[in-house]
Amino acid sequence: MSDIALEVRDLLKTFSLDGTTINAVDHVSFQVKFGEFVALVGPSGSGKTTMLSILAALLTPTSGQVLIDGQDMAQMNEKQRVKLRREKIGFTFQSNNLIPYLSARENVEFMLRLNGKLDHGSRIRSDELLARLGLAERLHNLPAQMSGGQQQRVAIARALIHNPTVVLADEPTASLDTERALQVVQTFANLIHENGRAGIIVTHDLRMCQFVDRVLQMQDGKLVRVYDTKEEIMEFALGTIKH
Amino acid sequence: MNSMFLATYLALKEVIRNRGRFLLVALVIALITLLVLFIAALGEGLANGNRQYVANLDAQLIVFLEKSDYIISSSRLETNTSRSVRRVEGVADAGAIYTSSTEIVSLAEPLKVSMLGVEAGRPGMPVIVEGREFRTGEARETVIDRNVALRSDIQIGDVIEIRSTQGTDDKFFELKVVGLVEGQSYFFQPTIFVPPATWEKIRPQSESELSSDTPFPNIVAVKLQDPAQAEEMTARLIERVPNIEVTDIATTINNIPGYSAQQGTVQTQGVFTLLIGILVIGGFFQIQILQKVPQIGVLKAIGSSNGVVGLSAVIQIIFVTALGVGIGGGLTYLFSLGFPPTIPLVFNGARSLIAVALLLSIGPVGGMVSIIYAVRIEPLKALRLG
Ligand SMILES: Nc1ncnc2c1ncn2[C@@H]1O[C@H](COP(=O)(O)OP(=O)(O)OP(=O)(O)O)[C@@H](O)[C@H]1O
Ligand SMILES: [Mg+2]
Repeated sequence: MSDIALEVRDLLKTFSLDGTTINAVDHVSFQVKFGEFVALVGPSGSGKTTMLSILAALLTPTSGQVLIDGQDMAQMNEKQRVKLRREKIGFTFQSNNLIPYLSARENVEFMLRLNGKLDHGSRIRSDELLARLGLAERLHNLPAQMSGGQQQRVAIARALIHNPTVVLADEPTASLDTERALQVVQTFANLIHENGRAGIIVTHDLRMCQFVDRVLQMQDGKLVRVYDTKEEIMEFALGTIKH
Repeated sequence: MNSMFLATYLALKEVIRNRGRFLLVALVIALITLLVLFIAALGEGLANGNRQYVANLDAQLIVFLEKSDYIISSSRLETNTSRSVRRVEGVADAGAIYTSSTEIVSLAEPLKVSMLGVEAGRPGMPVIVEGREFRTGEARETVIDRNVALRSDIQIGDVIEIRSTQGTDDKFFELKVVGLVEGQSYFFQPTIFVPPATWEKIRPQSESELSSDTPFPNIVAVKLQDPAQAEEMTARLIERVPNIEVTDIATTINNIPGYSAQQGTVQTQGVFTLLIGILVIGGFFQIQILQKVPQIGVLKAIGSSNGVVGLSAVIQIIFVTALGVGIGGGLTYLFSLGFPPTIPLVFNGARSLIAVALLLSIGPVGGMVSIIYAVRIEPLKALRLG
């Protein structure tokens, strides 16, 4: 098995609105290895969410390829895409992350249920993961009974519990204060590294980038810059804000 | 199979965690159920009161006077019609039926009854459940509805007095109760049965009718040797016996004055109540699904199939509807215990069963739009609305 978890080849997504065509994602290529945590940054409208939607098999690209575990998404029918999302992808969304009528534990376990993998062993793992994220006391809370940060951490547990190939997170820290946000992203990074998943995080907050292995900077749909040495990344994350 | 489990899991978790809201909807359905079941029971009760005697006749065909439009009260046959009918081959037996209304006055409160003249032992004479049939001729004997007996505490062997207006005078006649019959209400009144000759003597009549002692039957009930031959026999009877028209029991019932109109009214009420139910349930689930767009998007984005989402919506709707109909059924039962026997409510009719079946369908029918809507929600909503 190759060490490439996710490969994007010459990806293009165009939207046509009132006769004008926008390249929301404009011929982008990159790879993410197992155990690698990557940040996707860029100004508003630069195509980050569009990119994430395509990687998540929620949006079909105009052209180009996305390979997860060597499998080409373009070759899949809708049923196979649903299966792909359930088995090989983990998600956290900006808000409305959790199923409101399921408790923290049930939300995480639901991912296992979906995959037919809920058993005694996986239940224990799920509780351990929640404990690791500081939610040992919150197992039975409903989403409405938790803070935004706690909800995001439950979502992170849900995104990881079924050992997906790729974990995608769209602005997971948007609703958190800086302190909390850094803590959550650090735990997230540790879990990605420990479990050998490929992680992609979309963020506006450049300080979050100090925990990632690579930063992909987008502008107008294009991948304009990649920071991949520790020094570059730390300078980008902690230095003056630049786009 | 896993889909079924997942869908049930999601549907029931949501109901349990939002029990207040779902219970409220179930209660609305319960009230609609209560209303529909009462309307159905009233329809059944009224229908029974009107047609019971005719519906229970041991006969397949009814003979009317020609051009009477199958209306019992406008038909007056020749005295010997039943004898002529009996002679037609294929006829097993035939009995003349004479109808009128009178009043039992020997009770604490006078009771209006249908007084029917029938030939003992022939079609038209109902099955005796207690006692015996009356003797023929001009015997002053009667067989009465058991309900009347129970309600007015009349025993076999008792003598009742009736009052009939003949000409300009009120005449009183005594009849000895010799037997009881069951469920023989006609024209919304309980019935008493007497021999034809007696009937002619004691029925209410106008001055001009008083001069004659010959009873004219309204209809003749015909029992066939082969009930399957009803159509051929109708034709044969019309050909062999002069000045008659012939039809089946169902048509006879539909032509009882007011029967069809009344049933139509009751059914329309029931149908409109059901429609209101469908709209209420449909509205509720539609609003609910609109609020749930983001979470359904999330469900789909993390890999739930459209099947699971749709099935879960169906299960939830069926569950809530069944709960509501169950509660409504229970309430109906409790209320029915407290109703006075004078209100004609019948809950064990086929009508109540049909009503329950229709009530169980108002959820799925009303919720149809919301189910389709749920299935069509795009998982992308999870990201874009986020
Ligand atoms: N469904 C759509 N139809 C038309 N244009 C779209 C659609 N979705 C996105 N776009 C356009 O594509 C471009 C990229 O949008 P996208 O949401 O990916 O940006 P983003 O980087 O996520 O921005 P933000 O940081 O504000 O979330 C924008 O110009 C946007 O207007
Ligand atoms: Mg975005």
